[in-house]
Amino acid sequence: MSETPGRPKRKNPLLRTRVPLLPPRGRSRVALGLTAAAALGRFELQVCPECGTVQYPPREACHRCLSLDLVWQAQSGEGELISETVLHHSHDLYFRDRMPWRLGMVRLDCGPTLLAHLHCGVAVAPCRVRIVARLDKAGQAALIAVSGRFDICEGAAEMADDIHLREMTCDPRCRKVLVTDGKTALGQALTRAFVAAGADIVWAGCAEPWKRSAGLEEVERLEAVTVVPLDVTNGDSVKSLGAALGAKVDILINNAEVHRPYGIAARYGTEAARSEMDVNYLGLLRLAQEFGPVMRARGADGYSSATAWVNLLSVYALSSFPTHGTYSASKAAAYSLAQCLRAEMQSAGVRVVNVFPGPLDDEWNQELPPPKMSAQALAKAIVKGLQDGVEDLFPGEVAQEWLARWLEDPKILERELAIGR
Amino acid sequence: MTSDTLDSLVADLTSGAIRIVDLTQTLSPETAPIVLPPEAGQCWPFRLEQISRYDERGPAWYWNNFSCGEHTGTHFDAPIHWVSGRDLPNNTTDTVPPQHLIGPACVIDCSGRVATNPDFLLTVDYVMDWEREHGRILPRSWLLMRSDWSKRSDPCAYQNIDEEGPHTPGPDVEVIRFLIEERDIIGFGSEAIGTDAGQGAHLRPPYPCHYYMHGSGRYGLQCLTNLELLPPRGSVIICPPLKIRNGSGSPLRVLALVPRLT
Amino acid sequence: MERRRAGYEDVVVAVPVSIPYVRYSTRGAHWFVARALRALLEGSGLGKADLEGLCLSSFTLAPDTAVGVTQHLGLSLRWLDHIPMGGASAIVALRRALRAVASGDAAIVACVAADTNHVDTFRATLGSFSQFARDAVYPYGSGGPNASFAFLTAYYMRVFGARREDFGKLCIAQRENALRYAHALFKMPLTIQEYLNARPIAEPLRLFDCVMPCAGAEAFLVMSRARAQDLGVSFANVLATIERHNSFPEDPIQMRGGWLLDREELFAQAGVVRRDIDFLQTYDDYPVISAMQMEDLGFCGKGEAPQFIREHSLTTDGTFPVNTSGGQLSVGQAGAAGGFLGMTEAIRQVTGAAQGTAVANARIGLVSGFGMINYDRGLCCGAAILAGPKA
Repeated sequence: MSETPGRPKRKNPLLRTRVPLLPPRGRSRVALGLTAAAALGRFELQVCPECGTVQYPPREACHRCLSLDLVWQAQSGEGELISETVLHHSHDLYFRDRMPWRLGMVRLDCGPTLLAHLHCGVAVAPCRVRIVARLDKAGQAALIAVSGRFDICEGAAEMADDIHLREMTCDPRCRKVLVTDGKTALGQALTRAFVAAGADIVWAGCAEPWKRSAGLEEVERLEAVTVVPLDVTNGDSVKSLGAALGAKVDILINNAEVHRPYGIAARYGTEAARSEMDVNYLGLLRLAQEFGPVMRARGADGYSSATAWVNLLSVYALSSFPTHGTYSASKAAAYSLAQCLRAEMQSAGVRVVNVFPGPLDDEWNQELPPPKMSAQALAKAIVKGLQDGVEDLFPGEVAQEWLARWLEDPKILERELAIGR
Repeated sequence: MTSDTLDSLVADLTSGAIRIVDLTQTLSPETAPIVLPPEAGQCWPFRLEQISRYDERGPAWYWNNFSCGEHTGTHFDAPIHWVSGRDLPNNTTDTVPPQHLIGPACVIDCSGRVATNPDFLLTVDYVMDWEREHGRILPRSWLLMRSDWSKRSDPCAYQNIDEEGPHTPGPDVEVIRFLIEERDIIGFGSEAIGTDAGQGAHLRPPYPCHYYMHGSGRYGLQCLTNLELLPPRGSVIICPPLKIRNGSGSPLRVLALVPRLT
Repeated sequence: MERRRAGYEDVVVAVPVSIPYVRYSTRGAHWFVARALRALLEGSGLGKADLEGLCLSSFTLAPDTAVGVTQHLGLSLRWLDHIPMGGASAIVALRRALRAVASGDAAIVACVAADTNHVDTFRATLGSFSQFARDAVYPYGSGGPNASFAFLTAYYMRVFGARREDFGKLCIAQRENALRYAHALFKMPLTIQEYLNARPIAEPLRLFDCVMPCAGAEAFLVMSRARAQDLGVSFANVLATIERHNSFPEDPIQMRGGWLLDREELFAQAGVVRRDIDFLQTYDDYPVISAMQMEDLGFCGKGEAPQFIREHSLTTDGTFPVNTSGGQLSVGQAGAAGGFLGMTEAIRQVTGAAQGTAVANARIGLVSGFGMINYDRGLCCGAAILAGPKA
């Protein structure tokens, strides 16, 4: 394996594994608006529609005109670092473990002054910076000032260079990744994408090996890739792989899914729907029970701690796409369970990332018109989402459009989908 | 007289004069299910889920739930399994006459041919050759096709699927019609995953063993093993399926009574 | 338009009480309140029933407030106030009590600040200090006020050219004062080397820039001049007071406080000028904020405090005595009592009761308050000018 510059030494297996601690997680309800946006990778602040004031910290009313109808709006984050400090002492256990820690006060061009973490690339105050919002280990929004040069496309890699801020993303570099289904085009694209992103090892799961997959055989020729038997419908299979790899997996990508393009009337009986539920919902449950506890235990295991659990869901999880109704239902069930998993993994700071793509360009969406997302594009989006530290990922135009419509009014979206739009 | 026969059977079983050979593969989650195109309905693989194991879910007992299709592992095909047998009387697992479930077995060894040709098809000529050596197949016998296919412990080798689909041995169209019409066998048994050959879809009619056997009220046994332990003739097999109402088949334990060779 | 406020001619402050500080205590805040009240009664010769009003400040009473304390300590009152304003508590409590007595709503008001400090009290207080602190400060390194004042200090040093030596001079002078004050928790002199080389806490702040949390109480009585004379207790006159909250909200970072808005009114009402001030008690949890108070109260121009400090000696025998008992930096910060420390010391100074820390011929003193870093800045500012009977 080639040595990445600055690659940390491998962990001494005789050393005690640090217990995962979290930064303070308490927030007022109104402040959670910041977290909701950061979960999508956005930096939003409260804006008063009446007087235009942008304010921070979040409040219940506009501090200038007392308007109560505040909206959250995306901000550029451009501003000036006006003062900074390096903490050598903290009252919180999480930060005590990570001293020294650099913080700054940033005056945004749009008005408010923000207290933010400083990325290591930020120069000495005063200087121009940009604020980005990420999720910290507690799953709450954290504002980070990055240098003005910090390009948004390469930002993720730079973020990972900062030892503290690496924890606010889930960068695959130097990490070990399990892709639960390596037999699909997406699984193979994911495997390649993680190798390209610097993952140490990518394990690609293979169920029903008698059904051959030429693509998987090709991917297996990559040095970092190992194919492992994994059938998420088989508790024994999940258990044995969990026993073999559980303590190694830093990022688990649960992309195993069954998708049949049926509603209720188009497919008599429950066999196909049950198979979707068995893989899409119960498969997640089985994986979570076998891999979840040991990943939780490794939430703070040094530079390459267990960091993320990614679920391949679907925009159909938000609202049923009736011609793919049973699939939608299974994804909705999986989404709900993923929220439970997120709450349970939170105590260890292991991020549960839910991915809600629109239709993939695969055999089960053969009859859907474009745009459809290629496996490569989705894989790339997932890797970038991890590098950016996003928690809910809506990759591609279709997903973004569904999300916007759903956020606007779920009922209207339901009606539109019922008549096939 | 009947009583004497049973007494003598028990005595022979006890003494070992009659051996019991288990022709059943072990059911497990690794048991390979039949492969169909993904848009078709699918036979569930065998799955076992713990109910409790002396733990908080049941402190003093261990038990499981299992699930699988009727046609999983070593299993029995009832006539209703195929469309050709759908309207026959007594065509389901619960109505099959019990006397059909115990009977003599003829074992035709094709293992040599299968070793070099996984697509080997059993022919009338091959059966006639066997009869020349071992005598004519008696009516109401089970015909068991020994291929040693069950020796393939790797599920991939057992399924033996390539770009053209599965390659496993089975009977051709004529031999099935011959066995039914000329020899009146009661059932056909195979070591492979189906009674028909892996490429049986290309025969006319497709899957002839299923089509003709079930169409004439006869049975199938699949995924048998240990057929090499049976003599060409002289053994008796016992193969009652689960009594599932309107069942098309069922996993089962197949046992053979084999007289010790003297 | 000229604003005319009523004065405080007939009302006085008396019986300054300081309960000795301890680093940690297993007692509750109520214990310190009780001890302070008892000392007030002993010092005045009053009975508990004579107390008609109570003005209480504390961070560690939870889940109680001042109301719970009345029952807890068996006080039947006709006037009650709770002042949760930290370092501005003494000024604000004084203002409330003065008006209550002057109006006749209460004949005698006890102003008490008391806090306990268990091993984990300070940490526990920080996370729930305010909504903004919980949402936007504590999750960022959980440095507490050290971090907040580090930003102000770094900014102030950069913009105004203050040096660490300047802050060091102030801290060392206060330590010298503290060595003459019996209750100070710091008993050893501080050298400039020790100050400069102390371990870093939140750059540029090092250990001796930061107050040490502790437990303790401070208290005083407000009553009519006639009543004080009846009781035969020493008392101080209140010449003027001001308070401001959330002043200059548009400033990107705090470099001035509300004193700036009201300082001329303060001196006008008091009828004194700055050179009449014999000593200054600032709220001094960090030296930078003392510097800001010197500027904003008009002892020097904005940004000139470093030079002012260089030009003056700040000890009790100096040219500009500051924080004559040692201030919080050398006595300790007993929660809200920290906001009372300068007030009780000032009453002692002008009534001739300061003993070891007495400033020679001290007649008029200025007490300044500053409290409640809610998010990025202290919100409460206040000041009072006290005068002794000789003034």
